Parts: sequence; C-alpha cells; structure tokens
Amino acid sequence: MDSHNGQSHNDLLAPAMAAEGVARSDAVASNSAVNRKLFKSRVPIYPKEVDGLYRNLKWAMMAVTLSIYYLTPWLRWNRGSGAPDQAVLVDLAHERLYFFFIEIWPQEVYYITGLLILAAVSLFLINALFGRLWCGYSCPQTVWTDLFIWVETRIEGDRAARIRLAAAPWTAGKVAKRVSKHAVWLLFAVGTGGAWVFYFNDAPTLFHQLVTGVASLGNYAAIAGLAFTTYSLGGLMREQVCTYMCPWPRIQAAMTDTEALGVTYRRDRGEPRGPHKKGQPWEGRGSCIDCNQCVAACPMGIDIRDGAQLECINCGLCIDACDDIMMRIDLPKGLIAFDTEANVERRLADKPARFRFLRPRTMLYGGILVLVSAIMLFTLSSRHTLDLDVMRDRNPNFVTLADGAIRNAYTLKLMNRTGQARTLTLSVGGLVARSVNVIGVGEVKGSVPLAVDADKVRTLRVLVTVAKSDLAASHGLNFTLSDANGKESRNIAAIFVPGDVK
Amino acid sequence: MAKREIDEVSGTETTGHEWDGIKELDTPMPKWWLGMFYACIVWAIGYWLVYPAWPTLSGYTHGMLNHSQRDDVTANLATLKSARSVREAALRDASLADIQRNPELQQFAMAAGKTLFGDNCAPCHGSGGQGAHAYPNLNDDVWLWGGKLSDIQRTITVGIRSISPETRQSQMPAFGRDGILKMPEIADLTEYVVHLSGRVADARAVKRATKLFADNCAACHGSEGKGNRGMGAPNLTDNEWLYGPNREDIADQITNGHGGEMPTWSGRLSPEEIKALAVYVHNLGGGE
Repeated sequence: MDSHNGQSHNDLLAPAMAAEGVARSDAVASNSAVNRKLFKSRVPIYPKEVDGLYRNLKWAMMAVTLSIYYLTPWLRWNRGSGAPDQAVLVDLAHERLYFFFIEIWPQEVYYITGLLILAAVSLFLINALFGRLWCGYSCPQTVWTDLFIWVETRIEGDRAARIRLAAAPWTAGKVAKRVSKHAVWLLFAVGTGGAWVFYFNDAPTLFHQLVTGVASLGNYAAIAGLAFTTYSLGGLMREQVCTYMCPWPRIQAAMTDTEALGVTYRRDRGEPRGPHKKGQPWEGRGSCIDCNQCVAACPMGIDIRDGAQLECINCGLCIDACDDIMMRIDLPKGLIAFDTEANVERRLADKPARFRFLRPRTMLYGGILVLVSAIMLFTLSSRHTLDLDVMRDRNPNFVTLADGAIRNAYTLKLMNRTGQARTLTLSVGGLVARSVNVIGVGEVKGSVPLAVDADKVRTLRVLVTVAKSDLAASHGLNFTLSDANGKESRNIAAIFVPGDVK
Repeated sequence: MAKREIDEVSGTETTGHEWDGIKELDTPMPKWWLGMFYACIVWAIGYWLVYPAWPTLSGYTHGMLNHSQRDDVTANLATLKSARSVREAALRDASLADIQRNPELQQFAMAAGKTLFGDNCAPCHGSGGQGAHAYPNLNDDVWLWGGKLSDIQRTITVGIRSISPETRQSQMPAFGRDGILKMPEIADLTEYVVHLSGRVADARAVKRATKLFADNCAACHGSEGKGNRGMGAPNLTDNEWLYGPNREDIADQITNGHGGEMPTWSGRLSPEEIKALAVYVHNLGGGE
C-alpha cells in the first residue's frame, strides 16, 4: 500500500500539464486501488412512486398478504369443548398444530415436510414460467419494504423531495419528518411482531394479556425481536437483504432459462437509445429516450436496461414508469414488459415472438407438484383418527415362568386424535395364549374395551403368556384396535419370543 | 505487488486467485457488515458485564445479574419438589390397594419407580429386572418372600439377610462344607431334587435320598419340596433356579448353602419412594 500512497502523493503534486500542449485531466479511475475502500457504504435509493397496472397489482397483493398475516389468528373454528377454537394455531405447550379441520400431532410432522416440498416446487415452477413473482409480490421482505417506502413517501414526499430532504440541513422540520417516519415504521414493526405471537396462543386471550401487561416474558421478547428485524430489515436494510443475504436470487439464477418470463427491456425496440426532440423522426433509432424513469422507479436501484440481473425482483414498477412515458410521447406501451430473453433474440433475428410455457423443466416441476399434492391429499384423506403403537419389551426379551410357560411384555400406545373421548376395542390374536393381561385393566378374553380421553395417548402394558406346550408354534401375534362403530381399525403385527433359542 | 486485474464484465478488481478459470472478485464488504461486527463486540463486552465471564485468582466475575446456573438448578429442583409434593403426600397416605385403583397415582408411582429402580436396583437385578445368577428375576411369577404389593414393599424396606433388625432371614445350611452330610449323600439328594422338578433322575439314588430329604430339607422346603414363603424357602419343583438348574449347581448349593444379601432400603429411600418401587416391581409382570 505504501507504493500506492506514494503514487497518490505524486498524483497530487503532478503538474497540470502532462506534456507540452497536453493538459492533464484530474479524472481518477473510480475503481482504482488508491480510492478503493475495504467497505462500501449503501448507495441510498429513493424509488419514485409510479402508477399503473403492476403498481396496482402490487398494492392488491400487499393488501391480501398482509390481511392473511394479520387476520388469520383471529379466525375461529369450532372443534368442540376441550379443544381450542382458533382456526390456525401452533399449540407448542400441548404439542398440537391446528389448521382449520386438520389437527397434526408431532409424529405427523411429515405433513409439514410435504408442505415445504410443495412450496419449494411451486416456487421453482412459478419461477420457470413467470420469473420471480415470489420476490416481487409475495416475499415478506419486499412486501414490508414496499409498505415502509409507502410510509416514507407519505411523510417525506416523493423521490425528488426525499433527495432534497436528505441533503438538507437538520432543521426542526426535517427532524419532525424523520422522527414521525421512524415512529410509524416502529408501529408497523411492533404490529408485525405482535401478530406473530397470536399464531402460538389463543389470540383474544393473549391480546388482552398483552395490553394489560400480564403476558409471559417470552411473548414480549418475541414481539420485540420481530419488531427489531421488521424495522431494520424493512426500513433500514431493504434491498440489501435481497442482494446480500437472501439465497434465492442465487438459486433462481440456476433454475431460470431464456424462455422464463421476466421483466425485460426490449432492447430490440429500444436501441439505439437517446434523447428525442419533438418533431424528430423515430426512424433509424430506438424507442428509449433515456429518460431514466425506469431507474428512478426501481426499489432495488438498478437499471433494467442492463438485462436480467441478480438484484431484479421482477416487481414490474419500471414497466409502469416506462409505459407512462411511452403514452406521453405517443409511442406504443411495452418497451419494458414481462417478456422473455429468447423473444428479444427472436425479434432481433426477425422471427415471430412466442411463449414456450411447456418446457422439460416446467413439465418436470409440474409433474412433481401434482405427484406430491396427490400423495399429500391421499394421506390426509386416509388419515386415521385412532392409532396404535406396539413396542415389545427387549429387556428382558422374555420371562420364563415357574411352570415353563413363556411371557412377553408389550407397551401399547393407544392414540385418540379426535376431540371426543372414545372407547376403543383392543383384541389380541395370532397365537394360542394362555393369558393376555393388561396391567391395570385385567385379563383380556378375546377383546377388551379401553377408554381413551379426547386428543390423548393412553399407554398400557400388556403381558402375553403362552403355555409350554404351545410355544413351538408361537412366533408372532396381532394387536387390533378398533372404534365402537367399527369404521376405523388399526392392526399391528408383533413378534413373540418363545424362550431361548437353543 | 501483483499486477492488478480488472474483471471485464463487472469492472471490479479480482483477488488474483483462480480456480479452473473462475476468478474471485475483490468486492468491498458492505458497511452494515462492519457495523454488525462492531455490534457483536459491543454485545460481548455487555455480556461480560452482565453475566459471569472472567476467571479471577479466587473465583470469577459474577456479573451484574449475579446469575448462576447452579442456583437455577437448585431453584428448579425446589420448584419440582413442591410440584411433586401433592402427589408424594397422596402416595404416602394411600394404601397399596388405593394406588392400584387410582390410575393417576399409579402412573406417578410407576414413573418414580422406574427411575428409582434404575438408580438403586438395576446393578444387581438388571435394568429390566431380569435378574442374573444369584440375583432373582423380578419379572416372573416366582417369589421367595411373596409377590403381593405388601410383600414386595416389606422386602425392599427390611431387606434379606441385611443389617436391619427386622430383616427377612433365612439360611440354607452348608450341608457339605460343615460336614453335616457326606458327599455320596449330597449326590443322592441332588438326584432327589432333580426328580422333584420333574426331570429324569437316577431312581435308586432318589429312593436312597427320600429319608435324607425328609430329615434335612423338608423342615423348610416342605415334604413335597414346594417351599415355604414364610421362611423364604424356595420351591424346588418349578423351573426357576436362583443358583442354577444343573446337577453341579444343585450339588454346590447343598454343599455350600449360598445366600445373597438384599440390602435394607429404609433410611436410604423414603417410604414414598419404597412404595413407588414396590408398585413398579409389582407391575413388571409377576406381581400377585
């Protein structure tokens, strides 16, 4: 670095003339190692508010997604007495997940896995068909950023006013605007964290507790944590979350192709770009008048005319900005549009544009999506409301009784996944048993009725004894659990160990 | 210094490192990253102040909160103890029959009993209560001193051949070692015991031993060899052999009269714990 510093020192002292008759310019390479910093400050972005189809779609999606997020915990769903009446509830204390008519136990967490697979494959499919719609319209990061920019615009004004305000000295007016902006952001941030905890508790009860200050510390901590992340990520970090932190832009770059729709600058029509004076002919030049409105509108601060890039979230606000300009200069809309890179190439080669939605990758993603959905639907619809687990004692493996009979012990877990207490019938078959004894219940003759509380597991120990004379043919048995009306039953096969194998 | 190289596409300088044609851009780190680094340092310093952090010569810095995980454990144990106290009181006051009738109390006793068994009983009786040579199997239906809940509770409380003044006491004499019987007599008696348990034995030896058994063994084991629970004398007609089923095992037992010790647990375990253990052992499967 020393040599560079020396060079820099020489630069400052360099004569104004490079040679006789040649003036030395004071231009410095922007990326020269002399000026290059180890750390880079954020380049502030002041997106200009636009009006148009995509802006309206984005407002609509914001309203829908935020409504889902804020209102869902307040939906009620009657499950009968003894069970929570919240439609969507993650009941950590009682290890239950409620989703309308579905109630999931911890051992059925594969349904969540299935949902995550569905979500991932949907993301791939949508990405292959229409580009990063998730990023532009549904991702919480961009939705909350959009909300925070909306707040900023209402308080501080549009792009030009915000740039002026940022450069202005700290007057009382500026302080008032900044303070009120951050206050409103914090309000939304606390609201975000506040809504989150309702998913894990009965919403009306917790709301009352929160307001009266008697809710548990964990709830307040969760709200504070989420408020902090919402405020800092949505208000302060914004596009940096997408460009620096989020893995999806990197992943989608590997999953996209030139036939995927995306916000595209149609350079076949736009180039060569340049300013246009009224009355000048449009022949021999492109439609882009280089007004930079697409750049001003971009919440990511990029220039879509540079082509598809990692930062682009496909929100389409540049389309609205450009269409507005095109109308004003009496040119057809759609210089920037949802289009494909392949179509741009086709038009440049004088071929007709076309959309190829059916491609190997879309068919593959679609196929996986249908398959996983079918499996999920099948398992969900054939789900049992009663279940039986059988665990044989292995220590000791068997017990020899005084008269030479052999006893095996089994631990049975009887599960009742309904909201009503039920009497389930347990029967044991498959071998000639001298006695079948359920500890705490008694001897089983054929079958035995067992009461299982609503939404509970009942654990029982069952002792099966086989007389010495019947041991040779006794290697396995079946436990069958069925409900009173015989609609549902579970049959579990278990091993019987008939003593030491000599 | 190495020659600077600028990447054509991004206009960013590369680090000069190359992996199979892929070069690393020397992109400056974002400022917020640096901010997070400093924030972590500040956090760490705050943590030192608030929580125990640094060792000193005579101890350690306790921090402003004076937090100690040992105190937490003590407090949690106290909470646990008070939470359990209701059921423990119920267990103390309940008769064993009451416990059997009350599923909730039974479950509590079983859970406590399982832990107690693992801590105190498993070294001799095995983790599943399956026993071993000279240590009784607690799963089967053979009980030297009785298999009712009350019998089991008593055995755990006073022990067998233990130091307790109330201990259950029985002694199989060492007929051979003490010279009470001669070797051929012991051999005949062994055949007699094998015959008692329904196995094929030397008929002449059995006949010779009939009087020997009546004179020496029947007092405790009964004239038919069915044993006597009041004295802890085992049944010789069943399949269960504490010291082994073979002829040499039986002869060894008649000669040497082994007798193990079951310790007394009163004083080491509370009455409630012993009750819980009794319920657990009873429920292993052999309880009467």
